[in-house]
Amino acid sequence: MSSRVEATLDACRTEGRGALVGYLPLGFPSIDESIEAAVALVENGADILELGLPYSDPVMDGLVIQQATEKALANGFRLRDAFGAVKEITDRVSAPVLVMTYWNPVVQYGVEKFARDLKQAGGAGLITPDLIPDEAQQWIDASDKHDLDRVFLAAPSSTDTRLAETIRVSRGFVYAVSTMGITGARADVDTAAHNLVSRLRNAGAKHVGVGVGISTREQVVEVLDYAEGAIVGSAIVSALGDSGVSGVASIAARLSGRSEVQGVARHT
Amino acid sequence: MLRDEQGPYFGEFGGRFVPESLIAALDELSLAYDACKIDPGFQAELMDLHRTYTGRPSIITEVPRFAAHAGNARILLKREDLNHTGSHKINNVLGQALVARRIGKTRLIAETGAGQHGVATATAAALFGMECVVYMGEVDTVRQALNVARMRLLGAEVIPVTTGSRTLKDAINEALRDWVANVDNTHYLLGTVAGPHPFPYMVRDFHKIIGEESREQVLEMTGALPDAVVACVGGGSNAIGMFHAFLDDPSVRLIGYEAAGRGVDTPEHAATITKGRPGVLHGARSYMLQDEDGQTLESHSISAGLDYPGVGPEHSWLNDLGRAEYRPVTDDEAMHAMRLLSRTEGIIPAIETAHALAGALELGKELGPESVILINLSGRGDKDMETAGKYFDLFDGVES
Repeated sequence: MSSRVEATLDACRTEGRGALVGYLPLGFPSIDESIEAAVALVENGADILELGLPYSDPVMDGLVIQQATEKALANGFRLRDAFGAVKEITDRVSAPVLVMTYWNPVVQYGVEKFARDLKQAGGAGLITPDLIPDEAQQWIDASDKHDLDRVFLAAPSSTDTRLAETIRVSRGFVYAVSTMGITGARADVDTAAHNLVSRLRNAGAKHVGVGVGISTREQVVEVLDYAEGAIVGSAIVSALGDSGVSGVASIAARLSGRSEVQGVARHT
Repeated sequence: MLRDEQGPYFGEFGGRFVPESLIAALDELSLAYDACKIDPGFQAELMDLHRTYTGRPSIITEVPRFAAHAGNARILLKREDLNHTGSHKINNVLGQALVARRIGKTRLIAETGAGQHGVATATAAALFGMECVVYMGEVDTVRQALNVARMRLLGAEVIPVTTGSRTLKDAINEALRDWVANVDNTHYLLGTVAGPHPFPYMVRDFHKIIGEESREQVLEMTGALPDAVVACVGGGSNAIGMFHAFLDDPSVRLIGYEAAGRGVDTPEHAATITKGRPGVLHGARSYMLQDEDGQTLESHSISAGLDYPGVGPEHSWLNDLGRAEYRPVTDDEAMHAMRLLSRTEGIIPAIETAHALAGALELGKELGPESVILINLSGRGDKDMETAGKYFDLFDGVES
């Protein structure tokens, strides 16, 4: 098994930095704009893309992402649109693309078929916020067969036994949930995040991404001091909602510490 | 024995499809409940509360004038409507609140649709001196304004949920989000036999007293087991509580009545088992109403308590095993049965419960005059006067 996500995280390390993982939901505000926004996100510093599939019952998400994905569904987003969008994005940028999805859409599409079509579209794997390793055998089999990454979540409340199991079955990275809560910007990244990453290290984790509540360059820098990846979602979604694709380009440049914004002319 | 199933799986249904952040709390709850289950002290405390606060055992009422419209079958009502707070919901709420107190939680959160479970939870919080927050879809806070007032009078904070379809399913999402952020001091007092393990199993256990009492009472009254045991099914808590004691009595037919709303051939219904297919919702695999992509569909029922696009995993299992049957009843059929029981017996049932009564009117004709049908009269209709008043034009003018 070769993980493009792990290779990207390692390459960033070699350059002496951590990776910025940027989240956007597909279909918000429309399929085309979400594709342009994803491309702008990478052109302006995201090393890895996390593309969310809009879902009717997103229990892990805060208001910003809930409202964006509700709008995507109201605008007619369909699951089958996702693969074409991933294909178009992966044709245009080299950053690996992980899809973030709640589990029922995958079950209804067919786990095996979903894995096959995601691979064909150039996707790198899945982040599954409501699928724990204990329930994931079908996905583990399908992702092995199609050589896809599988990113499971670890929480401050997880026991050491569970952390070890999560590390064992994850590929790409382990998604360390920074705080006991849902997605959305917070003033401070919880010290719980640092503790959790230390516990994951002690249990043998080589690749860890920290997410939930990270919205500023300062927080990204803080997290990348001890983790391979910093995951930013709601702040980027807000920028897209407020200022369109150029807003995404600006915040991505800011989050990745770049002084200049790339490719914005095309979007204005 | 079918009665011995304790999750996390009921056949291919059930499980735990929730964020990792909740697993520690679910494990803690499972361990605590399993300890309570075999602790005579816990069971004695709960039974004492049921005797002195809930008003258990609830009685059985035979309803011959109603039965005259049901092929003259013998119809017996298990009167859960006479419990404190007006429905079966209190059975589960007192049990879970006791467990929560044991594991040191000081804050209860709950979802509610019709408001019955919210009122019951607010009641338990008041009784035990705990903080209480109830999530309720904005649409339901309007439909059930009286229950919102009751909860607030009891000291609970009611938070209207304005995302998604603004009904029960979204209230559950919001309660889960609260729980993810506050598991340290908070117990999520889930109100039905859905959700991740151990909820379907634990909530069922707290309600199985309904069927256990009924089984003895009916045997004493008639000298035999009933031919059929029926109940309405939304999430399915009153039905599983009634069915459970009879699961291993093969002569007893078990029938759950789902809300067919404006008809199962329209999009406006909540007939989850009749029209849905298996999927994952609110932490468990079960039958659910969903589109081709697995997006949850909005349900419809005139009764807020049945207006839910999912159902408990144990019901899905019993359906696939063929041990229980699930049939649809429309809004109109339920409202007709509500009025009929009111006028023939002087008992105003909840609209939820009226679905089971409507089902029994047909079932009695199928089974004939020698048959005995036991109905779980799960709740009283006081909360439904606004809806009934509009439906029957009771407020001004002459009833049609």
